[in-house]
Amino acid sequence: MITLNHICKTYGKEKKIAVNDISLSVNKGEIFGLIGPDGAGKSSIFRILTTLLLADSGTATVDGHDVVTDYKHIRKSVGYMPGKFSLYPDLSVEENLKFFATLFNTSIRENYHLIKDIYMLLEPFKNRRAGKLSGGMKQKLALCCALIHKPTVLFLDEPTTGIDPVSRKEFWEMLKRLKKQEITILVSTPYMDEASLCDRIALIKNGKILSINTPDHIIKDYPDNLYKIKSDVIYTLLKDINLHSNTQSCFTFGEFLHVSFLSDTESMQQELLNYLSKKGHLNIVMEKTVPGIEDCFIHLLKKPA
Amino acid sequence: MKETVIKTEKLTKKFGNFIAANAVSFEVKKGEIFGFLGANGAGKTTAMRMLCGLSTPTSGKAQIVGYDIYKQTNLIKKNIGYMSQKFSLYEDLTVVENIRFFAGIYGLSNQDIKDKSAHLIETLGMQNESKKRVGTLPPGWKQKISFSVALLHEPKIVFLDEPTGGVDPLVRRQFWDLIYAAADKGITIFISTHYMDEAEYCNRISIMVDGSIKALDTPVHLKHQFNAKNMDEVFYELARGAKRRE
Repeated sequence: MITLNHICKTYGKEKKIAVNDISLSVNKGEIFGLIGPDGAGKSSIFRILTTLLLADSGTATVDGHDVVTDYKHIRKSVGYMPGKFSLYPDLSVEENLKFFATLFNTSIRENYHLIKDIYMLLEPFKNRRAGKLSGGMKQKLALCCALIHKPTVLFLDEPTTGIDPVSRKEFWEMLKRLKKQEITILVSTPYMDEASLCDRIALIKNGKILSINTPDHIIKDYPDNLYKIKSDVIYTLLKDINLHSNTQSCFTFGEFLHVSFLSDTESMQQELLNYLSKKGHLNIVMEKTVPGIEDCFIHLLKKPA
Repeated sequence: MKETVIKTEKLTKKFGNFIAANAVSFEVKKGEIFGFLGANGAGKTTAMRMLCGLSTPTSGKAQIVGYDIYKQTNLIKKNIGYMSQKFSLYEDLTVVENIRFFAGIYGLSNQDIKDKSAHLIETLGMQNESKKRVGTLPPGWKQKISFSVALLHEPKIVFLDEPTGGVDPLVRRQFWDLIYAAADKGITIFISTHYMDEAEYCNRISIMVDGSIKALDTPVHLKHQFNAKNMDEVFYELARGAKRRE
């Protein structure tokens, strides 16, 4: 449904690289996640695919249409929710939705089934001006407006940034329901924990793809054994483990540290535990653990290119 | 017993009939890392604005580093630092211009400004970047600069309003190194975040729901109290029942 072939994009006189030779394809009905920090090039990719920005080189298609020559087709058939709130703040909730329906030659009633679940939450505020809505409500309205013409592909650029964990969970439930309607979804997020909710993901940084696969495979590709370790004073534990000669990497993950070793033998582990006891750490817990997407991302960031 | 740097009693803010913050009471000690969590719309920003002396409470009492929240807001502002992801630095000024500008705002003497900006550039390892415009730097660098700038006038408390949004996982962890280092020096850290793993890094956490603090304890105790595996579950348990959720 979506293909990118060696897409490059630079900005300005300095030719600042935003997208660096990215190729990927998204299948029909898939939820595909672009996972990466600010400045990774996520928004540029969205703008190229929604025909709002021309790439320097490379080709891209959406639903079989070329983003340069067939841009009119694409604009009619896709839904786009930009990272920045882009509805009309002075129109009411209902007026915004009507406006977008009219633009695409349709009516709210025609595709109401697509937005019903979401719009029901908005209905109590339908006469409120969009600019006066809370963050979570703005996000729901923007999703409704992007869906109202029954798009084949939905582009969601950081829909959950700045939204609390409960609302984020709800938003992903909505996306799962849309997937059942066979809408292909390309979504970006800086939250690594949302990666596992996608069918496939691309981890990106500085315009480059670090890895592209299903979340499970990316985790399987993590090369080392990973251990979680905690003690009573986590911050000194972090410092001490980082000073130990057998430590390959050590990072905080919630209440634990995630640690991998250069030499992963039982005697070396015992040696570390002795070392930590000598340093005065109490209640040390060390267990083997399964890496998450965030572990993989950190590993890929540190790997020399 | 460490000294108390934030003390609020039934702090309340109403906007018309709407009670944004409802009888909020808590204490924070010197050098503590205090996590201030809540769903969107729970009243965190309202509470934070009152604590920074930017908004007058409707009722209740509060003292920030010993200063009264109604009468001594100028003294409060001099003794606190503030950083948010939304506003931090002037993108069109260079690194060193930003440092000088904020140092000037906080009333540092010219000699102090000169010494401190040189020292800061050195500590940050940004000798080669000091004359570059902030807008051209990667997000992680901006974050480090703006945190350091918030500490320039040696505040007793620094308020961090979602400081780590949108940066990569390595940068996020480097940022926490700075937070711990500041807390080690006795600076109190008051931080709001949507990352629940970061909640675990705090000494104590409060969770606001519909304008009131519904839970306040160490991460370990909270997980025990709610029989939860992690802070994400604790948060979900508390916030999903919220009426004011957005």
